[in-house]
Amino acid sequence: MANNYLTTESKKLATWYFTFAAIIFGAQLVFGLVAAFQYVMPGFLFEIVDFSVARMIHINALVVWMVFAMMGSVYWLLPDETGIETVGIGLGKLLFWVFAAAIVIVVLVYLLVQVGPADQTTIWFINEGREYLEAPRWADIGIVVVVLGFVYNLYATGMKGNRSGIVTVLMADMLAFAGIYLAGMGYTDNISIDQYWWWWVIHLWVEATWEVFVGSIAAYGLITMIGAHRKVVEMWLWIEVAMLFGSGILGIGHHYFWIGTPEYWWEIGALFSALEPLPLVAMFIHVLYDWGKQQGAQEAQGKEVSVIANKPAFTWFVLQALGNFLGAGVWGFFHTFPQVNLYTHGTQFTSAHGHLAFFGAYATILIGMFYIAVQGKHGIKVMHATKKSIWATSMIFGGVLGMTAALTMSGYVQVLVERAQMGASWSGYFDSQASVWFAQGMDWRLIMGIVTFLGFVILVTDLLSIGKATHHER
Amino acid sequence: MAKKTVWSDNRFWQRSAAWITGFASILLIWLTFDTIPQIKMGNDADLQNGVTKRVPGPTVINYKITYEMNTKRGHEIPVIGGMNAEGTSAFQEKEKFFGRDDWSQDEAMELLALGKLASQSKNCMNCHTLLGNGAYYAPDLTKAWLDPAWGPEGSMQSMTGKSTKEEAMAEFLQHPSQYPTHARMMPNLGITAAEAKGLVAFLKHMTSIDTNGFPRNFAKIQGAVHGK
Ligand code: HEC
Ligand code: HEM
Ligand code: HEM
Ligand SMILES: [Fe+2]
Repeated sequence: MANNYLTTESKKLATWYFTFAAIIFGAQLVFGLVAAFQYVMPGFLFEIVDFSVARMIHINALVVWMVFAMMGSVYWLLPDETGIETVGIGLGKLLFWVFAAAIVIVVLVYLLVQVGPADQTTIWFINEGREYLEAPRWADIGIVVVVLGFVYNLYATGMKGNRSGIVTVLMADMLAFAGIYLAGMGYTDNISIDQYWWWWVIHLWVEATWEVFVGSIAAYGLITMIGAHRKVVEMWLWIEVAMLFGSGILGIGHHYFWIGTPEYWWEIGALFSALEPLPLVAMFIHVLYDWGKQQGAQEAQGKEVSVIANKPAFTWFVLQALGNFLGAGVWGFFHTFPQVNLYTHGTQFTSAHGHLAFFGAYATILIGMFYIAVQGKHGIKVMHATKKSIWATSMIFGGVLGMTAALTMSGYVQVLVERAQMGASWSGYFDSQASVWFAQGMDWRLIMGIVTFLGFVILVTDLLSIGKATHHER
Repeated sequence: MAKKTVWSDNRFWQRSAAWITGFASILLIWLTFDTIPQIKMGNDADLQNGVTKRVPGPTVINYKITYEMNTKRGHEIPVIGGMNAEGTSAFQEKEKFFGRDDWSQDEAMELLALGKLASQSKNCMNCHTLLGNGAYYAPDLTKAWLDPAWGPEGSMQSMTGKSTKEEAMAEFLQHPSQYPTHARMMPNLGITAAEAKGLVAFLKHMTSIDTNGFPRNFAKIQGAVHGK
């Protein structure tokens, strides 16, 4: 940690969160590769690390690294936004260790114990067996405590310092984010009610509170990286909040078509979720518009240099705007009408959407925050890309696009063969899986997954070395 | 500065965002109050009295369950205990489940609760989909109880050496990798005999849930693939 330019404790703490997030991101990809390999070679690690175990770690690591990086992002931007040191740094550090330790224990139990007997001790101590929310109950309670501590720090700082529009949005949003988690903690014998509340967490996180979160981060990035006008950016942010919550909250209905819930969710889900892409289009246009405007204004003054203060980070922010629009907006829209979803529900098509949406909307911008932190830590005024950052960005983004394309093809085959031709039976399912085109899709997903992973390795080396490169403006 | 209009006033947009969010949230909560009672689990009395529930009581395991096209609703619905003149459940025809068709409300509930708990403890959802949600590595289990492979014409009963569907399923769940039908096998998850029984009850009960016609045409089409 020689020449650390960080002057606030809040930013130093943010780098802890970012570092841990990057490690878990790596773990996510490794277990994704294991699961993808099992599609191609089903005997791989059979009855050692079964698909269910690999997949559980893959998607839990996904959620956890993102939550860590989100907390890190807030600790990073708070001093800039509020003008003061964050309140409760000691608590923030303690929570970091508690959270990190809990995650390590949870993952070790997933990996070493895997499954338990059918009683409540399994739910409390091993896993809850509900996709994304597998974390056992003791960890659920720990997570709520950690997040509440984090929200307390955010509120205390926002109330003491200058409460900007961005901070106000984050305060409201993070409280909702924490509160919604509670909906997923209960146990019920009724699987329909179970899934009803389960979607409150999954959907209301990714299609409401997380979207608003990235809207705030994008706003911060536009102000700090290209000098966009705060008042305009914050106005856009409020409009985005209105559009995102206005469509996303009731858009939850697109998960209530087939789980036992009444038919009226067809109409409600279709209508509101079909509106969800609109704010994503708006956010995309907003980023490009502000960029063009700032650059144009500068060039009008005769200065022919880029306005971007952090090239790699800004690249990831632009890719976020694109990826969010494509993965969530376009791929989401594809299957959001009940007439379509009746056939695509729970196929590789869903997986295609899940990958591009989670990656496009969240992984991108959080990687961008990693680069912002590197810039700050090394006291760089204008940070340029390196060969490595360009390779990493292209391979990761290209890799995930490739995986999405492959999954979309396989999904298409699965929908036609299993659902349309064969009526969704056990043998129909395997007829689809055995189709050559399906199998090729699985091969390509694995290949593109390896590209993504190699890109990640380059990303890590770049994050560790780019700060020392000599071509930046200090 | 241009003339100030409400459209460029941050306060206006902040208030709009708050109102819209509040309104959407209240609507969702209101709809939740309408939906939850509709998906509460029914009980034995409902079945006895011919009351159709979206999520029937656990003693539905005492009945024959099928999945039939309902012309009025335009899709398939679970039909419990045979079909009546309107094409819905008659709640008459029983079907033995592990040798009995008189499971009491409490006994059946105990089985179902054990099965639900086992489905979570063994993480079925990270390989299979349940009600279409979960993972895509193995077949959807929503109507698995009705899958032809388990029926008298299917291969699973003879393969497991059992003479009923429920026994065949329970045997498979306890030793799945002993009865593989595809290279992609289900692993042994340490499921006990009692847990397997509970799981089969859970699967049979899930088949009786009114899923608005998902999956479409379940096992009705024996396929146009390769002209089979
Ligand atoms: C590691 C992945 C995995 C897990 C976990 C898993 N299964 Fe399976 N299951 C499979 C695979 C793969 C098949 C297909 C086996 C074959 O065709 O040979 C299968 C087949 C089945 C079948 C027969 C298919 C059908 O449509 O009727 C049933 C029933 C079943 N599993 C139930 C369960 C239950 C209940 C659980 C949880 C207790 C569970 N499985 C957990 C992978 C898994
Ligand atoms: C960044 C935002 C989004 C993310 C991260 C995301 C992610 C996901 C994921 C992971 C799933 C699969 C859940 C499971 O495992 O069962 C899913 C399902 C779904 N998503 Fe999204 N999504 C986003 C936005 C959207 C939008 C905007 C739409 C609609 C326009 C949409 C429509 C759907 C639908 C219809 C399903 C159900 C698929 C099925 O029936 O199998 N999503 N989403
Ligand atoms: C090395 C690259 C990756 C590989 C090989 C990979 C592989 C997989 C596999 C095999 C599954 C299980 C899908 C199934 O049940 O059939 C899965 C699920 C999932 N992965 Fe990945 N993955 C990779 C990267 C990512 C990334 C970068 C993200 C997001 C940032 C992501 C998000 C998800 C999500 C959300 C699911 C659940 C999808 C659903 O239920 O619809 N994965 N992944
Ligand atoms: Fe959704």
